[in-house]
Amino acid sequence: MTGTVLYDAPGPKAKRLARIVSVISVLVIVGVLAAVIVTLALPRTTATGQVLPGLFDISRWDVFNDLAVWRAIGNGVLGTLRMAGIAAVLAIVIGVLFSFARTASLAVIRVPSIVILEFFRGMPVLLMMLFILLVFSTGAYWAGVAALAIYNGALIGEILRAGIAALPRGQREGGLSIGLSPLATRFRIEFPQAARNMLPIIIAQLVVLLKDTALAYILGNTNDLLYQATKSLPNFFGNRYLYSFFFVALAIYLGLNLLLSWIARLVAKRTGPGGRIVKPRIPRRGVHVDVDTTRVPDAGLGGGAGTV
Amino acid sequence: MDAVIEQLPRLFDGFTKTLALLGIAGVGSLVFGTLIAGFRVSPIAPLRAFAAVFTELFRNIPLTLVLFGFANLGPYLGAGPNYFTLAATGLTLYTTPFIAEAIRSGINGIPVGQAEAARSIGLGFGQVLGHVILPQAARMVVPPIINVLIALTKNTSVAGGFFVIELFASSRGAINARGDAVIPILLAVAAFYLLVTVTLGIIASQVEKRVAVAR
Repeated sequence: MTGTVLYDAPGPKAKRLARIVSVISVLVIVGVLAAVIVTLALPRTTATGQVLPGLFDISRWDVFNDLAVWRAIGNGVLGTLRMAGIAAVLAIVIGVLFSFARTASLAVIRVPSIVILEFFRGMPVLLMMLFILLVFSTGAYWAGVAALAIYNGALIGEILRAGIAALPRGQREGGLSIGLSPLATRFRIEFPQAARNMLPIIIAQLVVLLKDTALAYILGNTNDLLYQATKSLPNFFGNRYLYSFFFVALAIYLGLNLLLSWIARLVAKRTGPGGRIVKPRIPRRGVHVDVDTTRVPDAGLGGGAGTV
Repeated sequence: MDAVIEQLPRLFDGFTKTLALLGIAGVGSLVFGTLIAGFRVSPIAPLRAFAAVFTELFRNIPLTLVLFGFANLGPYLGAGPNYFTLAATGLTLYTTPFIAEAIRSGINGIPVGQAEAARSIGLGFGQVLGHVILPQAARMVVPPIINVLIALTKNTSVAGGFFVIELFASSRGAINARGDAVIPILLAVAAFYLLVTVTLGIIASQVEKRVAVAR
């Protein structure tokens, strides 16, 4: 149901009202934005009486003429992407393992893996990073990679499990009835379908992972874009460029994530005939399909945690 | 274990800060999220566009950068160096789009006939939304919203990196004080977080069971 169902086609009176409200809301939105921008652009006097130029003053932005700045930013982007890439590959591997362990028929495997999964999903990634950093002395970079891999692996495991659970029962029964072992059925029949159905959600989870690479900065990771923009570059070129570097880094993170989100949407459209989406099936008499939709993260809520 | 007991007051202080952040940002993002969701489906085109841009923007900026921006630019905008307020505002802004999207998907989940029936008896947009759609959508969106709140609980830890001494930051303080007991202290901190997240998770599944509608 889209918005158009919620209201009638506007008549002349409603059109006039809508126009008035439109104008007012545009004025308010533009006004607030302009107020923020003007405040940021105004020169500021510090407590010691020193006058600092506004944030959009040319003296804060001329540094971008220097090619070395762009090279450093490029290195930062590469560092972030490399970190996200390594963590993503590991997370998918861990996720596949978790999804198999979680749905294993042996309780000895299934129960501990459920407990471990719940534990990993219930605590902040940042805390996990700190744990790995302090206990295994890995350095902030690898602590970040490891924690992101484990945390997102746990979530991807849950996504895949939900994907397997959402398949029609006949798929598994069919596999078993033609003589495949339960494990072979899972590998060759259920898993490929679940992975394909869940691909958009998995990519959305990778957007979270990319966003979360910035967390390692808090623990002193020196190998990413945020560190380059807010520590390394201002140290070298002067602190008055801090905000300019920060805004550029913000724009780059935004661009990368929007790109990846767009790819996720594209994949969602492409996978399956007519963009088939896994829908929770209503349990029928005697047929219990365990689709726990609340367990499937809705993409994107990253930061210290990602979704649950 | 004695290290954990010794550092417990410090951790508890941090835990109250974490709960305060969760409370403020939770309520704030619920209010603004509902508003943004309303904008997103409203007949006013500029409001729709604003809601869409706002959602896309804040969903795709890493939380670390949002809080960095608030901690560093906040004083510039005359907010003073009150890092707790700044972090709470940042968390609210970051969480709002996720709440809005959860509510919007709830609105989209209501059968079209409901809105059509409401319109056919002459209700306006505000009445359709307020009397017919949102009350039905509310029960469907409770579990996803609680999931967002669980994520928010974990996200408050990021504020610990920006001058707010909440649970995560106080755990670093505790570890600095008792470097001999890193693992017990971190496990205790994890237990604090799990206390909140697991409780919320149980509430979510209970609510889901209770309000489930067979359509």
